[in-house]
Amino acid sequence: MLKDMTIGQYYPGNSLIHRLDPRVKLLGTLVFIISLFTFSSISAYALATVAVLTVVAVSRVPLRYILKGLKPIFILMLITILFNLFMTPGTAVLQIWKLKMTEEGIRFAIHMAVRLTYLIIGSSILTFTTTPNSLTDGLESGLGWMNRLHVPVHEIAMMMSIALRFIPILMDETDKIMRAQEARGADFQSGGVFHRVKAMVPLLVPLFVSAFRRANDLALAMEARGYHGGAGRTKMKPLVYHRKDWIAFLVMAGYVAAQILLRIFVKI
Amino acid sequence: MEIRIEHLNYIYGLGTSYEKKALDDISLTIRSGEFIGIIGHTGSGKSTLIQHLNGLNRASSGQIFVDGKNIYEDGYPMRQLRFRVGLVFQYPEYQIFETTVLKDICFGPKNQGLSAEEAEGRARAAMRMVGLDEHYEGKSPFELSGGQKRRVAIAGILAMNPEVLVLDEPTAGLDPKGRDDILGVLKQLHRESGITVVLVSHSMEDVADYASRIIVLDKGKVLYDDIPAKVFSHVEELESIGLAAPQVTYVMRALRGKGWDVSQDVTTQAEAADEILEVLRKAGVKC
Repeated sequence: MLKDMTIGQYYPGNSLIHRLDPRVKLLGTLVFIISLFTFSSISAYALATVAVLTVVAVSRVPLRYILKGLKPIFILMLITILFNLFMTPGTAVLQIWKLKMTEEGIRFAIHMAVRLTYLIIGSSILTFTTTPNSLTDGLESGLGWMNRLHVPVHEIAMMMSIALRFIPILMDETDKIMRAQEARGADFQSGGVFHRVKAMVPLLVPLFVSAFRRANDLALAMEARGYHGGAGRTKMKPLVYHRKDWIAFLVMAGYVAAQILLRIFVKI
Repeated sequence: MEIRIEHLNYIYGLGTSYEKKALDDISLTIRSGEFIGIIGHTGSGKSTLIQHLNGLNRASSGQIFVDGKNIYEDGYPMRQLRFRVGLVFQYPEYQIFETTVLKDICFGPKNQGLSAEEAEGRARAAMRMVGLDEHYEGKSPFELSGGQKRRVAIAGILAMNPEVLVLDEPTAGLDPKGRDDILGVLKQLHRESGITVVLVSHSMEDVADYASRIIVLDKGKVLYDDIPAKVFSHVEELESIGLAAPQVTYVMRALRGKGWDVSQDVTTQAEAADEILEVLRKAGVKC
């Protein structure tokens, strides 16, 4: 059950996208998302589609795998679309009881659906092709300027990478505990809400106990190796921009330029 | 009860880049009252295999028959099977959650639908079986030592009165005394109640003294399935897959190499001592 979640997971590979500097990919994702919300014409979406499909093809992550990540968001998306359909004021197209479906609503709902889908696909490509470690490395060095504003960038990045690192471990542990309790006849699937919440106790108690034990061990192991926070800490693999990263920046600039040109010259 | 496994295959992460064949065409039968040791290196598939016995894992292909009934047939009472095949996981930390030892052991029997009194009766009986006396009843299971936690975990399964007891590495991480204690408890249980025991381990020493049949797994396949003496005669093959025969086997081999007329079928220390004394007596040494 838990293993079916693909969103936010790393998909091992050695494609060009996998090898790009994480800062490039972070900025790229950010630029792409901003472009989705600034340029909202048919031609702009067409260009975004081409861009997404190209990146997916280059990354060699199966499209099927990426689309599977959309599943958990589906309900959220449906609610957003329905709200937009019926709550946007404008010319009524269809009226069901007191609910008015408006022309503006339909247009807005389509926009929202496209944006949300691309938003998720865009950010999934980032997480699929970047290991959590290099992602936090990228964040740490990309946001290094915030240190001057007394934001503890290193500490936040370290917490993030530890949290990310522990997600698969805790998922795995949850699975094991579920099995151990199922072997004793525990039933997590059936029954009403109250029953199900109660059935979670034999799962959550061992999970918390083990999470605290792990946190303790990790803190000890870090201190034993002389960890004292970010100041003066060197990297084993410092982030350096290579040629392919500069080219990627150029491609990004090209994408933004193309969007602006479309906005000016193509009016659909 | 008899568990018959036929051409069982199990593949992890089917359809992803992590796809891995964990079990490869396994066929074997576990008969009532046996004491079986399953041995294999880390990743040989032994834990995966035993989780099929109570239906926690579902085979990718192949069949499992319990008392002649196919457990993958629609409507098979899978939950009942979990009570009949008691599975003790490797780390007791994964199942202990209650405030007292007694309550924790009661979890299984209560899930079987027994009343509080019946469940407590079963729990107390199970505690006696694993050698935990009454003053443990009210203690918090989290305060116990590793060996005692493991006893609580085993008692938690025994309280369900299973017909087959399957244990995944019950001695991992225990000191030598804790290990001998746990294995002694299992041997006594097997002798006194006639329960079928399946013991998973990566240590030959663990199973050599206790099991009457040993199944060796390697890369998801059954390599040997025989009585201990026969299995241990393949010392080189066992070593090549990262296992070893019990130390006694090596001693006896060395003695034979020196010209002593000792039997090679010896697998336990007690038998070895007798055998050596026998040879000495024949040679006219007073002992």
